[in-house]
Formats: sequence, C-alpha cells, structure tokens
Amino acid sequence: MTEKMNKPGQRICVFGDYRNYFQNRVTLQLLARARELAPAIGAEVCAVVFGSQVSEYVCEYIAHGAQTVYVADDPVLKDYCVETYLFLAEHLIRQYRPDIFLIGATDFGREFAPRVAKRLKTGLTADCIGLEINADGLLVQTAPSFGGNLIATIITPEKRPQMATVRPGTFKELPHNDAAAGRIVSIPVPSDLPIPRVRLVHSERKPPREQRIEDAGIVICGGRGMGSRTKFKKLFEMARLMGAEVGATRPVVHSHWADHDCLVGQAGKNIHPRILFSLGVSGAIQHTAAIHDADLIIAINKNPNAAMMKMADVAIVADAGQFCSAMIRELKNRIRE
Amino acid sequence: MMDSPMLKLVVCVKQVPMVSELPWDSKTGTLKRNMAEGMMNPACKHALEAALEIKNSHGAHITTLSMGPPMAEEILRESLAMGADRSILLTDPRMAGADTLITSYTLAHAIAKECPDFDLILCGCQTSDSETAQVGPQLAEELDIPAVAYVKQVEIAGRRVRMQRESDDFLETLEMDMPGLITVSTAGYPPRYVSLCGLQLAFEAGDIVRRSMDDIGLESADVGMQASPTRILDVYSSIARKKNIVLKGTPKKSVETLFDQFGDKLSGVMAKDLKTHDHDRNDDDREDE
Ligand SMILES: Cc1cc2nc3c(=O)[nH]c(=O)nc-3n(C[C@H](O)[C@H](O)[C@H](O)COP(=O)(O)OP(=O)(O)OC[C@H]3O[C@@H](n4cnc5c(N)ncnc54)[C@H](O)[C@@H]3O)c2cc1C
Ligand SMILES: Nc1ncnc2c1ncn2[C@@H]1O[C@H](COP(=O)(O)O)[C@@H](O)[C@H]1O
Repeated sequence: MTEKMNKPGQRICVFGDYRNYFQNRVTLQLLARARELAPAIGAEVCAVVFGSQVSEYVCEYIAHGAQTVYVADDPVLKDYCVETYLFLAEHLIRQYRPDIFLIGATDFGREFAPRVAKRLKTGLTADCIGLEINADGLLVQTAPSFGGNLIATIITPEKRPQMATVRPGTFKELPHNDAAAGRIVSIPVPSDLPIPRVRLVHSERKPPREQRIEDAGIVICGGRGMGSRTKFKKLFEMARLMGAEVGATRPVVHSHWADHDCLVGQAGKNIHPRILFSLGVSGAIQHTAAIHDADLIIAINKNPNAAMMKMADVAIVADAGQFCSAMIRELKNRIRE
Repeated sequence: MMDSPMLKLVVCVKQVPMVSELPWDSKTGTLKRNMAEGMMNPACKHALEAALEIKNSHGAHITTLSMGPPMAEEILRESLAMGADRSILLTDPRMAGADTLITSYTLAHAIAKECPDFDLILCGCQTSDSETAQVGPQLAEELDIPAVAYVKQVEIAGRRVRMQRESDDFLETLEMDMPGLITVSTAGYPPRYVSLCGLQLAFEAGDIVRRSMDDIGLESADVGMQASPTRILDVYSSIARKKNIVLKGTPKKSVETLFDQFGDKLSGVMAKDLKTHDHDRNDDDREDE
C-alpha cells in the first residue's frame, strides 16, 4: 500500500457514467482508450462507479476492459448528485492517487469534472477529441476551441491527476468480453456523508424525440450533384444505417428533393456533427458557414477542385449516387447486429 | 410583504472575439487576438438577462465583473447599458494566461473583496473562445457555495432559488438556498436589445471600477500563467490539420478504403460494432499501400 502511495502513475481511472448508458457509451470508449495508453506508463485501468444497485454496470465495465472497478453501491447514491459524487471522488482520488482521471463530456461530466479538479487543485482539459501519452509519460490532451476552428494540445506537467473530459464518440469501445476478469473494490459510503445543498425536486426523462440535425453526430448532406429526387432518397437509407441525419443545400430544397427542415446553411440550420458526409455539394460559403466542429469531413464530388473537396479530410472523386449505393452495401455487410 | 434587503447579484462576463470574423494566421494557426473584434460572450449575456429579470420582479442590485485586458471595458459598458448597476474590471498584465482553475480563484478573490455579501452569482454556461464550461462550477467550489450548471429558468422565493434545467436527456427541477451560483444556458433568457442611444449613454456616464491584483490582495505567484496547472503545448487551426486525402477509383474501392482507414472513427460515432474487413473481399486487394 505504501509503495502504491509513493509511486503514482500506476492507475488510469475512468468515471462510470451510466445514466444514459444505451445512448451514450462514452465510458466504454474511455476504457478502451485507457487500455491503449496504459502500457506506456505501466498503469492499470480502473473504472469508478457510484450509485445504487449498479452491479450490472460493474460487470459491463470489466467486460469492456476495466481491470479494477471501484464501486460505491448504496441507496443514498440513487440519484446522480454532484455534491455527493464529488465527496466520494475526492476521497477516492486522495486514497488511490490515479495518474490520470478521465470523464465523459456529458452534461453531468462537464459539471462534475471541474469541481473535482478544483478540489484537487489540478488541471482539467474540457471536451477533448484526442488523448496520447508523450515521451515524458505525460497525457497530451487535444481540445477544440473557437467552435472547433482552433485546436489546442494541453498538458498538466506537475499536478495530479491529469484530468480530461472527453467528447463521446472520440474513441471506439472494445468488444464485449464475458471472459474478462477484473477486481472489484468496494468503497465504503460514510454514514456522515454531507447533506447536499442542492436538492433534486423533480426529474423526468425527456420524452424520446427524434434526433435533430443540429445535434446529430453524423450528418449526411446532399447537394444538387445527387442528380435526382430518387437518388437523393438513397441518402435516407444510408442515414438510417448509420444513425445519421440528412441535410441538404438550397437547390435541393428548392427542387423539393428534401424538406426545408433539412436545409443547412445561412438560411437554414447550423450543424455540429462529429462526422460530415457531403455528397454532390459545391461548398458555397452560405452553406459551409453553418458547419461547425466536424472532426472528419468526407466529401464526394465529380469535381476534385470543388471548394467542399478542398475543406475535406477525405475527398472522394466519384459519382455521388454510385458512392451512396456502394456505402449502403458496405454498411449492410459490416454492421454487426 | 417582508421587508427584505435588496438582493445582490453578481454576473461574471467575459469578452470573446467575434468568431465569424476570426483573423488568424492560417500558416501558423495562431489567432491574431489583438486584431479580433470583441463582444460579450453569448452565454454571459443570457446570464445578465436572467439577472435583469430577477431585478425587474424582485428588485436587485447587479454587479458585473470581468477579468481581462483594458479593452474588456467595452462589454462592461454594454452591461451597464443593459441595466447593471455597477461594473468591475479586473485588469492586470500579471493575470494573463490563467487557466480555469486560476481564473476561478482570481474571480473568487475579487468577489470576496468587492461584493462579499452577494446572494447569487450568475455565469454563462460556457464561453465561445475557450469553451470549457469550467469557470462557473470552479468558482462555486472556491467560494464553497451550492451551484447548478446549465440553468434554463430560475425563480426566487425568499432565500430559496428554484431552477429548471436539461441535463443529459433529463428535465430537472432543483432547489438551493442563497448564497449560491448558477451557470445560465443559452436555452432561456434571450438577451434584451440595447439601442445605440443607450449604449452611447453608458459610454458617457457610468464609471467602471478598475481593480489590479494588488487591490484584491493577490500576489504574482498566485495568478496568471505561472500559477496555472495546465500548459498549452500548441495551437493550430483545424483547417490546417485537415488531412485532405484524395481517393479516386471505383466508388466500391473508395468505400472500402474509407472503412479501412476510418472504420474506428465511424464505429465510435455510430456506436455500432463494425467488422474490420469485408469477408467477400480477396485477400490480395486488402493491403495495397
Ligand atoms: C443570401 C443567400 C443565402 C443562401 N443560403 C443558403 C443556405 O442556407 N444553404 C445552402 O445550401 N445554400 C444557400 N445559398 C446558396 C449557395 O450560395 C449555393 O448556391 C448552394 O449551397 C449550392 O448548392 P449545391 O452545392 O447543392 O449546388 P451546386 O453549387 O450546383 O453544386 C453541385 C456540386 O455537385 C457536383 N456534382 C455534379 N454532379 C455530380 C455527380 N454526379 N456526382 C458527384 N458530384 C456531382 C458538382 O461538381 C458541384 O460541385 C444561399 C445563397 C444566398 C445568395
Ligand atoms: N475572464 C473572465 N471574467 C469573468 N468571467 C469569466 C471569465 N472567464 C470565464 N468567466 C465566466 O465563466 C463562464 C464560463 O467560462 P468558461 O469556463 O471559460 O467556458 C463564462 O460565461 C463567464 O460567466
């Protein structure tokens, strides 16, 4: 124990954010990334779970790469409560001194993490889109600013733990492995837990509404280059397979290939997808000004010199309709149900 | 009616560059901050509007507080034009380069010195430049007061604050007692319009209180970049980062290359498990780089 106390750098902890488990798999994604980073600093990957009757999540985190799970399971932890979770997290971190503490950039995570960092007087990088370990064994955190127009790389050289909140969808989770073994460490919940000063009066899950294009992680934008209304319709099939939303340029909306709701641009909606597919779109400023923060832009156009192709990560010179059909076939082949 | 003393509200506002016209050097990827035109951070404006509505219905004294270069005085004047009663500018070259931990520490000191008897602090939920959403929650920790982030609606009854917010697909109603802190989301409180004439008056009238590090009792070692635990290694423009890989050939081939190179990314965002390679494909066209 003393040895562990003296030698930090042996743990990467991931906060188990299970409240929206099925929509939001960021904890699993972070466990997977932590496993990739761990060998460079000789660390063990740990999950931290607070709640009531959370054993199914504990098992799930082990099956997805956690080697140890610290769990505080108690009826008083039933609701997600920032102050109570803060109290437990602070004590846990002071006791086990992880080198790195990663938290999903959910609304809760982004409210909780800064306060943990403040209590421990350490640094925190918000909403990261990349994590690496450098030659000095430090966590290099990549974070966007100015609406994704600028990207910064940030380190916390001295203070520990190094903390980051990470945008959901940045990393890929490991496949579920029922055979994985993990250690479970039970964290006692003190009887004199401070009474939260913020009281939850009422909480209800928002009625499930259709995903809006403004919030979609993947947007598939079609332009006039899709060629016809029938071909444009194929984008909806591609979107269904990817859990994406379909956007359109103005000529498309004017030709009634798509509803006005789909219009992306100065006269329509602002989008912030993680991944943007742009098919048969020239890339006029009135359209592209509304695209913020996309980590990956994939443009498909017959004309390699179109403005949209220049601003893409991947510029595919092809017929937009044929590309869409090929994409649909490939997705059907690859998606494991 | 109870004869309660007037509510004291503090609104933290920050000046940010106007993003639509960012003058940056695309080669070095650095922002020419000195050339950027400043404006009040949008979420801070919503926070100020929330404070003004509280003032309208309950009566309140509003102090706006900003830490920044002398030029940030503009947004404080704007806050006076909108209806704030007093404005404080914390400006000191030694404070520059603070990260959120140190920004919240510095703001907390200024509040403790200048408005120790505050009832409610309102912050924007996040800034459009650094986008951290950390300063509000960290300021509450520093002052050891209850806090709620991403508030959409706030009501005050006596010493009790009741708040509505959306958080991770939940609609929540929360309560706390004053003194406390909220960060206001841009979902509620659309800011009022200030006429040019109002702005002009604010520029002529209202004094801005200026405070340096010494005024609020801080020392060089406590503030600015040197006190901040994080270090920025590098900043670059995301356009310069674009890989711009060009793929030609049949659509089928391009799609396969796309999945080979970006399958992890696609699968992560889709939250679906994807097979890593296509079983009907010949082995010989798989590794072709
Ligand atoms: C005040 C104002 C506001 C505007 N607001 C908006 C707005 O909100 N949103 C918006 O989208 N536009 C807006 N516009 C219009 C905008 O300027 C462009 O005209 C529009 O975005 C172009 O749409 P597009 O790219 O689909 O069509 P085009 O510019 O016609 O481009 C079609 C592209 O498809 C490619 N192509 C053609 N055939 C194929 C094929 N078979 N396979 C692959 N590629 C192919 C072409 O090479 C070309 O690059 C606005 C304009 C003004 C003046
Ligand atoms: N320099 C500053 N001066 C005053 N308030 C600030 C400053 N920086 C941040 N804030 C407050 O903290 C909020 C969130 O900022 P951020 O954590 O940078 O996203 C802002 O909306 C402001 O209310």
